[in-house]
Amino acid sequence: MKTVAAFNIEYEQLLDPSGNATGELPAFARDADELLRMYRLMTLVRVFDTKAVNLQRTGQLGTYASCLGHEATHIGVGAAMHADDVLAPVYREYGTQLWRGVTMKEILTYWGGDERGNDFAGPRGDFAWCVPIATQTLHAAGAAMAFKIRGERRCALAYIGDGGTSEGAFYEAINVAGACALPVVFVIVNNGWAISMPVSAQTAAQTLAQKAVAAGIRGIQVDGNDVIAVRHVVGSAVEAARAGAGPCVVEALTYRLSDHTTADDASRYRPDEEVKRAWSLEPLLRTRAFLTKARLWDADKEQAWARECAASVEAAVGEYLAAPKPTTDAMFDYLFATPPKQLQEQRATARRYGAKPGGH
Amino acid sequence: MPPRAVTAPNQADTELAKLTMVEAIAMAHAWEMQHDPSVVVIGQDVGLNGGVFRATAGLQQRFGKQRVQDTPLAEATIAGLAVGMAAHGIKPVAEIQFMGFLYPALDQIVNHMSRMRYRTRGRLSCPVVVRMPHGGGIHAPEHHSESTESMLCHIPGIRVVCPSSPARAYGLLLAAIRDPDPVMFLEPARLYRAVRQEVADDGRALPLDVCHLLREGTDVTIVTWGAMTAETLRAVAELDQEGISAEVIDLATLSPIDSATILASVAKTGRLVIVHEAVRNLGVGAEIAAIVAEHGLYDLQAPIQRVTGFDTIMPLFKLEQDYIPSAQRIVDAVQLTLAD
Repeated sequence: MKTVAAFNIEYEQLLDPSGNATGELPAFARDADELLRMYRLMTLVRVFDTKAVNLQRTGQLGTYASCLGHEATHIGVGAAMHADDVLAPVYREYGTQLWRGVTMKEILTYWGGDERGNDFAGPRGDFAWCVPIATQTLHAAGAAMAFKIRGERRCALAYIGDGGTSEGAFYEAINVAGACALPVVFVIVNNGWAISMPVSAQTAAQTLAQKAVAAGIRGIQVDGNDVIAVRHVVGSAVEAARAGAGPCVVEALTYRLSDHTTADDASRYRPDEEVKRAWSLEPLLRTRAFLTKARLWDADKEQAWARECAASVEAAVGEYLAAPKPTTDAMFDYLFATPPKQLQEQRATARRYGAKPGGH
Repeated sequence: MPPRAVTAPNQADTELAKLTMVEAIAMAHAWEMQHDPSVVVIGQDVGLNGGVFRATAGLQQRFGKQRVQDTPLAEATIAGLAVGMAAHGIKPVAEIQFMGFLYPALDQIVNHMSRMRYRTRGRLSCPVVVRMPHGGGIHAPEHHSESTESMLCHIPGIRVVCPSSPARAYGLLLAAIRDPDPVMFLEPARLYRAVRQEVADDGRALPLDVCHLLREGTDVTIVTWGAMTAETLRAVAELDQEGISAEVIDLATLSPIDSATILASVAKTGRLVIVHEAVRNLGVGAEIAAIVAEHGLYDLQAPIQRVTGFDTIMPLFKLEQDYIPSAQRIVDAVQLTLAD
């Protein structure tokens, strides 16, 4: 028999776990301000995330999905996107969202059980958090189709987890993206675990990036704990998509250092040794080592920045906690552009029995 | 079939075109695409083929491949694309080939399309129309004859519409496309070519929250929709012979329901028969009966009757006419309400 198709999957790493460049770095990595901006946000996200988990533990936040360990992937992707691109997140990519202008208060508001958290003041076109796994990949494809129809040089980017790549919606999204040559990039955050299921139980595929091959589109792996590599690889992918070169799947290899959410206890199913090893590879260490060697960062700066992070997180938490509970009208007023008669009647009923405006 | 609806010149000055429902649907697409550049048609075989029923015939030739896009064979893709497009300035009109194939799309409809405006506090919205053939009676294969509208009516945040004539299909489809929120547009398959009717291509939309009085009467109110209007009008003709005057309401907009029109009619006639093809259990008929029980009980002179499909699977076509409520079943139900 002859071979009629063959494929290979490339893997990119630009910083090794010790923070040494593996080769020549891309242009943005020679911009000190840009590197520091990325590192500072990675740190801020870590502080924010820790605080959010604490808020949940103390009954001041609902179930929360931590992003611990994903900072390089999330900030790398954020930095790779343009402001007028569109993000379709899952529900833990806070780093990307903060880079794009979503606020910490909005994130807390959403996980605090209030839809107003989805009304981003910042990237007005970005999709909201998406709990039904993989469904958001089709929204990104749809947004990309809108850009293509109007001839706009923009790109949509959808996140998906390793478990999410088992969903039909993901396969459908990469398929239609390929079939219609849509300007869309899919970033698979392979953090090793879908709640209690390791990737090895999710698929027999050697990589998740190779799922792209079946859709006829490019698939590439990147070290997801290497913020420079992520930004570089995703940056090339979104630039190609904007330029009309079609979609791409990027698999970022990282590790979920936290439980799945605050409602989960990963010690039930995950070996301690694995987690311990993952901590030695976590992204902040590596980025800090690189910046320190480049004399862009030191212990004093780290301390000063840590204080700033703590202060800005506290300020956001204060704003979140001080916000009045929504009135019962919030259940009715945005379901339709104009509420039908039935809803107007039910709104009146809810007003009679429900929370008073401004109360808690 | 020639794409008559979309290639015919504007006939307002001459005589009105006599169109089938499927031609009227194609004509409504064409009107709105002509007047609103953000309207885009997507679906399986909607392009060159014009849809398996020809409801989009001629549109791709006229408006091009960007605005009339054949999608891969994947209903979740169609609905998910529609969500993403609608959130970004396009008004997608999506065709699902048969209602029995809607289910892969429901995840997107229930979890996103219906709640995009709600969950983003109006920041993003989904002005989408999802069109699909509805009901049986066309000798189709398995899974091609379903009437599952009550499932859709149970979803907050979407409208559900079902026309009963070519003119109504034209006006309601225009309204559905112009509506800022998602609309499920159920097209009674056995009415697609059942009758021809003069339809003015005037771009005039019908309201999405009003029922239509098909016939005035004094003795009993019959509420029905879609293809069952045909059986109902046949039953009413028989009842006429017996001196029974039935008022017939075409519900047309299944969600939200125009309860005021129904209640006013029941107040006048004192009797109510509800006719639908869908299964009886928790059908839209149950909601109508509940509305009348809540708000019009003392107007009733007899128990409400429902004439519906059975609580069974829609059978293959050898038995489909035994499943679909017949005119005789409707006549008998009316007579039951009039019995002492």
